[in-house]
Amino acid sequence: MNHDPFHWGRPNQETYGTYNYNIAQASNQQHESQLDDFPKMHTQQPIITGTSVVSLKFKDGIIIAADNLGSYGSLLRFNNLERLIKVGDETVVGISGDISDLQQLERILAQLEIEEEIYDSDGGHKLRAPHVHEYLSKILYNRRSKMDPLWNAVIVGGFNEDGTPFLKYVDLLGVTYGSSTLATGFGSHLAVPLLRQLIPNDIDYTKVEEEDARKVLENCMRVLFYRDARAADKYSLVTIKSQTSESGSKQITFNHEKELKVENQSWKFAKDISGYGSKQL
Amino acid sequence: MTSIGTGYDLSNSVFSPDGRNFQVEYAMKAVENGGTSIGIKCKDGVVLAVEKIINSKLLVPGKNKRIQTIDKHIGVVYSGLLPDGRHFVSRGRDEAQTFKSFYKTPISVPHLMDRLGIYVQNYTCYNSVRPFGVVSIVGGIDSNGPHLYMIEPSGTSWGYSGAATGKGRQTAKSELEKLDYETLTVREAVKVAAKIIHQAHEDNKDKDYELEISWISLEETKGLHQFIPDDLLAEAIKYAKEDEDDDEEDEEMES
Repeated sequence: MNHDPFHWGRPNQETYGTYNYNIAQASNQQHESQLDDFPKMHTQQPIITGTSVVSLKFKDGIIIAADNLGSYGSLLRFNNLERLIKVGDETVVGISGDISDLQQLERILAQLEIEEEIYDSDGGHKLRAPHVHEYLSKILYNRRSKMDPLWNAVIVGGFNEDGTPFLKYVDLLGVTYGSSTLATGFGSHLAVPLLRQLIPNDIDYTKVEEEDARKVLENCMRVLFYRDARAADKYSLVTIKSQTSESGSKQITFNHEKELKVENQSWKFAKDISGYGSKQL
Repeated sequence: MTSIGTGYDLSNSVFSPDGRNFQVEYAMKAVENGGTSIGIKCKDGVVLAVEKIINSKLLVPGKNKRIQTIDKHIGVVYSGLLPDGRHFVSRGRDEAQTFKSFYKTPISVPHLMDRLGIYVQNYTCYNSVRPFGVVSIVGGIDSNGPHLYMIEPSGTSWGYSGAATGKGRQTAKSELEKLDYETLTVREAVKVAAKIIHQAHEDNKDKDYELEISWISLEETKGLHQFIPDDLLAEAIKYAKEDEDDDEEDEEMES
């Protein structure tokens, strides 16, 4: 017997031939040739999804709305999701797309708020919408660059440093743009044209009253409920306003309305629809 | 300077023959010279206050805050070596964040105090480090209601109804003992805290001070740790000084 510890427990050389060292070096790691068989998986599609977020500026601030539905494919799986998230004192983030990624973003934003607003804030700096938007765009672009995107389209609303309304979009690719009228997903096809009837040019928001803005937004939610099969008639709405008080100081109010209902529905048009469903041609 | 050290005071982790750890006791000495900090646990929340000694007239009033926030629902104030305190707070924030990222729920105050107690105690076990030169008063609200704790350099963390540390702690403690913690509300306690700090300042009268007060309450701050509003602070300071004037008048009358 060979008493070298490196040879303990190995088959006898005379009987079984030279020891195959590849056996001893066998690892539980995947062999290089197997790597292509089962690649590392990243998000390739969303699972539970939220549909459009719709928003616009008006002369004193912004309004944003999103319904409370979470769809599992075409199944309307959850009807109590809140997709408008408050960040800091005067910023709202509306998120559409994958709900688990929404929850991740919610935690990331909560952490951002703690670090920027809670820790040692003896004044001077404030976490505002442009900062939140820039931060989110960096997260989303970084994740898409890893080929592992957070599957969302996000609208950030609030105020700039100079007190003017802020509204900007960012999505899973890291694409960003700003406008006085913004919507994600289906809303960018159905709602934006309606919003632009109120605000034809970007600067026109300065002439828009809150009531008119709200009326148009409510109409958008109604049209979306009619035509988007992944939309619900229960929604939340956030209004952020900056008002100058009598003493001359600016006061910002953040109003989060929940469980609103799409009012004045009319399904008269439905009888003319044919070609699918129960009514065949 | 004459040294009366018995040879067991140069190192942590070494007991003296009568069972004491001198480094820990010296750390307490460092605390005893710091500005007074107090904490009051009320039926609806917690109030923290500190006598911030003004070491230079060039410091900007109202800045350089001494009361800090560990997590949204937990505040802390300390007396002693301020950089040690800031390190302590930084560790507290790390613990609170790790807990939240693990369990997706805010850390409870007693659990945070357990973790911080262990951390502080570790600094009494190795001769390559020195103990924390701070006594910290930590207050917060969680699902079990308000909590108030005080952590010492030894690592002891005990729960209190009223806690005081720093130079004026004896005066403050005797005042705290007079309070009825079952009925006291945070709004009342803010004034009481201002008065106690004012009284405790008698022990450190040669220096100016600034008063800092924070509170945590479900009714007043929705369970968040915040500094009290400016008007309430002004009112509290006025109340604290008013009373003192009365005392002085009384004394004058007597004499």
